[in-house]
Amino acid sequence: MFSFDLLLDAVVTGVLLGCFYAAVSLGLSLSFGLLDVPHVAHPAFLVMASYGVFFLNERFDIDPLLAGLLITPLLFVFGLGAYRLYYETFEKRGSDAGVRGIAFFFGIAFIIEVLLILQFGVDQQSVTASYIGKAWRIGDMRIPFRLVVAFAVAAALTILLTLYLSRTFMGRAIRAVAQDQEALRLMGANPIRIKQWAFGIATAVLGIAGALLIIVAPVDPTLDRSYIGRTFCVVVMAGLGSMSGTLVAAIILGVAETIVLTLFGASWAPAISFAMLLGILAVRPQGLFGRRS
Amino acid sequence: MSRNSLFFWIGAIVFLAAALLMTQVIGNEYPFFACYVILQFIVLSVSWSILGGYAGYVNFGTSAFFGMGVYTAVFLFKVAGAPLAVQIAAAAAVGALMGFALGLLTMRMQGIFFSIATIALTIVIETSITNWRYIGGAAGIQMQRPPVMAPFNSYVQMLFFVQALLVVLAIGTSRYIQNSWMGHGLQALKDDELAAECTGVPTLRLKLLACVISGALMCAAGAPAAMYLQYADPSSAFNLNYSVTVLAMSLIGGTAHWAGPVVGAILLGTTQQLLTVTISSEINLLVLGVMLVLFVVAAPEGIIGLIRRVRHSRKEGEG
Repeated sequence: MFSFDLLLDAVVTGVLLGCFYAAVSLGLSLSFGLLDVPHVAHPAFLVMASYGVFFLNERFDIDPLLAGLLITPLLFVFGLGAYRLYYETFEKRGSDAGVRGIAFFFGIAFIIEVLLILQFGVDQQSVTASYIGKAWRIGDMRIPFRLVVAFAVAAALTILLTLYLSRTFMGRAIRAVAQDQEALRLMGANPIRIKQWAFGIATAVLGIAGALLIIVAPVDPTLDRSYIGRTFCVVVMAGLGSMSGTLVAAIILGVAETIVLTLFGASWAPAISFAMLLGILAVRPQGLFGRRS
Repeated sequence: MSRNSLFFWIGAIVFLAAALLMTQVIGNEYPFFACYVILQFIVLSVSWSILGGYAGYVNFGTSAFFGMGVYTAVFLFKVAGAPLAVQIAAAAAVGALMGFALGLLTMRMQGIFFSIATIALTIVIETSITNWRYIGGAAGIQMQRPPVMAPFNSYVQMLFFVQALLVVLAIGTSRYIQNSWMGHGLQALKDDELAAECTGVPTLRLKLLACVISGALMCAAGAPAAMYLQYADPSSAFNLNYSVTVLAMSLIGGTAHWAGPVVGAILLGTTQQLLTVTISSEINLLVLGVMLVLFVVAAPEGIIGLIRRVRHSRKEGEG
């Protein structure tokens, strides 16, 4: 019943899938992990980006990845606006921001869901590209080409973002603002502007991530609900704000999901990420590579 | 009993008498169908606010408790053909246990982590029910209503009255908590958990108690829904829409006072019924989302807060 080949197949697919999960979680790792924004709407933004890609692909026959790049600036501006609104209404006023901030983002996610339903319907949508539908064969193993594309792009995206945060001036400023906002203020910098910029980047990354999402599998407007589990699982497991940790955590999730899928069937798949998330929150809330004690 | 309490309980009795009278006078079933849903949301919002409002812990697991209530009823009905009262009592017990488990599990979590954990709990339970063939699995399960008991003419009317009883129970509980040591303790915990703990408020025990009471009531509210719809399936019983709707109703009404969620649920519930009938259920969800965001941004204390502010400024004007 249990074969080694099957396990190997699951692990390989899991690693590829994991890299993809890392790509869709990077933005959250920035916005929630580093900036402490309770960004429950992150998966909804992601699905929205996917629909943007779908629209460009269907209407103008643009390659999904290129379409993802094209909507990136739009998403960046959208992110700037979203953070500004959040800051003006909650962070600035201070007290009780937690409860209402969460409700705020949940409301936004809900609105996006309904708007997508009204615009595109409840059916699943997918994109067309030359690399979708083909597969690599290595011995008995069959690896879908779309996963390989997702893997490569996701890995590149993770490396780029890690480099951005560690090498560039603005990236370092973002990490500084996460560590000590007051110190930054004392040095004459404007922490709010840096945070807004970071939130913009976190949203902009969703262009490519959204393209990957719709390349890997068809999307529907309520897909964000299952990605709440996946993205938060990855970010919390990684330890808030750690980019390399995000990659490792995402791969652990990917492998766990494919193994459970192979052993118990697809109907258990939605619960894996949520169950892992619950476990981590209950036992080790600081994550595996936590920055906080 | 203080004068306030006297008025409250007279009001409750009048409300129940009116509900009972309605079932005897009105023959058409539709009003009961619509009002049942509103009553159900009153119970859910009021019980949500015990934890979410007084203690400030945003629980997204309303659908988990509601769905467990539905499935407790389904299970008991399928196994033993248990009567409605037993279904509801059992659901309350299950809800209390679930609340206790949730409280223990999230003992050290605050803010967003608590909220995320409650969503996670919802999905995990939903998936388990989906994979349980005996009670229908993913496809759902049909149920045949048993014959109705006197003095009611139809089963929906009876469910309506039962839900009205639950409304009184939920509001009575919430009101009692608000005015007791427990409410004050929860308030202190909401303002500053560490400070409350340091001044001798048993924060952990209070939180657990709030989880248990809130959970039991929400689960009880879900139990009659199985018979109301005569059908149950996991993806609609555990639908996150319940969580968002209840959150919106509570926050729009205002969570500082027990009347807030009642006002919110009546207002939004009625609007929803009208919109669903006249336009579409998508528009109705859109209105819900927009109202939630608007209120959270512009009127954080909800309708109750707005009323208080108006009263306050009027008093100042007079003085």
